[in-house]
Amino acid sequence: MAQPDVLIRLDGVSQLFAAGRRQPPVRAIEDVTLDIHESEFVTLVGRSGCGKSTLLRIVSGLLQPTSGRVEIDGSPVRGTRPDVSFMFQRPALLPWRNVIDNVLLPVEILRLDRANYRRRAHDLLELVGLDVFAERSIWELSGGMQQRAALCRALVTDPRILLMDEPFAALDALTREDLSLELQRIWNDDRKTIVFVTHSIEEAVLLADRVVVMSPRPGRITKILDVDLPRPRSLGASRGSEELRRCSAELHELLFAREAA
Amino acid sequence: MIGSRRFVSVILPTLALAAAIGIWWLAKWTFRWPSFVVPSPGEVARELWSRRSYFPSQFWTTLLETLEGFGLSVVIGVACAIAIAYSRTLERSIYPLLVALNAVPKLALAPILVLWMGFGAGPKVVMVILICVFPIVLSTATGLKSTPAELDELIRSLSASRFQTFRTVGFPAALPQIFVGLKVGISLAVIGAVIGEFVGATKGLGYVIVASGQNADTTLAFASIVILAVLSVVLFYVLVALERLLVPWAEHQ
Repeated sequence: MAQPDVLIRLDGVSQLFAAGRRQPPVRAIEDVTLDIHESEFVTLVGRSGCGKSTLLRIVSGLLQPTSGRVEIDGSPVRGTRPDVSFMFQRPALLPWRNVIDNVLLPVEILRLDRANYRRRAHDLLELVGLDVFAERSIWELSGGMQQRAALCRALVTDPRILLMDEPFAALDALTREDLSLELQRIWNDDRKTIVFVTHSIEEAVLLADRVVVMSPRPGRITKILDVDLPRPRSLGASRGSEELRRCSAELHELLFAREAA
Repeated sequence: MIGSRRFVSVILPTLALAAAIGIWWLAKWTFRWPSFVVPSPGEVARELWSRRSYFPSQFWTTLLETLEGFGLSVVIGVACAIAIAYSRTLERSIYPLLVALNAVPKLALAPILVLWMGFGAGPKVVMVILICVFPIVLSTATGLKSTPAELDELIRSLSASRFQTFRTVGFPAALPQIFVGLKVGISLAVIGAVIGEFVGATKGLGYVIVASGQNADTTLAFASIVILAVLSVVLFYVLVALERLLVPWAEHQ
């Protein structure tokens, strides 16, 4: 099989954070080199403090790395880009707007034609079962529904790349499973390139084509794991799978071995 | 549920008011205060009724000065706050000036304002602005600077311009704080108008209080104070209602 084009290229990326007066800076990320291909679903997994969220912010252009090169589609990343969407751990919906106007926020900021995208916004809301809530206020929605709306907002401008920073971490286990299925379905339909940060081994294996394992202090890549499992995957449907067991076991070992060392 | 809410919002303040008037009455009869020192609630009520054609024009004068001054304070205050919140240089230069201005005893300025601007509404409106602009600047600037971190990051991830950021996130997120400043400001605005009328005025409730003092007509002064108190309360709750209308989401934060 021919390898698809590299879409995101990280080359020797390091990030230092000032720690305070007369203290050495914190090495949040050290020498990370990684290629992510078009239409690939990559999860970044690691303990808290391993720099996975920092790495995601560097890819998005929200943060400039201390050193190293970041390229998207062959051109260096100098700031945030309209073809890259970011989804946060918290829904970050604007409470003074209703659901549909929240979904259309990126359209407004990018000065695209609102009328054109209204249709798409409604389709997306329908896809995640929120269409009847389009005109509702944010505070009438549960946490899971709010995060679904945030997902629609991230997708509304049809970005090439979707960066997700532990988007389901604040949800209960059932809602989490629902949303990971919905995300796979959406991804299956239009194959965006997704980089998904999580600290859950299960989530990392279920969603990814490739799992990138990171270790803390300094944050660096310790292993990249290919997951060869048919989709859609869910904890229920894929439970008996040998591949799932193998990957999970290996991730466990990697993440916990570090701790013992 | 609805019954208990009505109890809290209507019956409780009514009871508190009745209790305060009761204590006033009781104290007057217990200590046998003469009416030129402390009039009874009944005397004040009779005064209000007997001068019912006199008070409205005094009331309007004070109300207009208050509203004009408050309106200008909102415009000036919000403009200053935007400058302070979005420019480090302007914050450094304007802020100390505002603090110094706020520290000046306003009453001391009243005669100077009359000297500069004469006996009309001008010096009263300026006094209102001097006294109520500061809390509006302070709360608005605080609100503009304390956009929730996740909304700040979201809008940055969308590559929004500074104006887009202000319009879609910064300003709406600041509204609850702005209303805190407006509610403090409106009560101060009434006080400012009265202080302005203490010096060089020919009408308005503040003028009535000063004039009544010269005739030892304490009942008239008390009646004016009652009107001012009612005015302040009404203006305050108009703002509360406006806040509910414009910022309904604040209650759900």
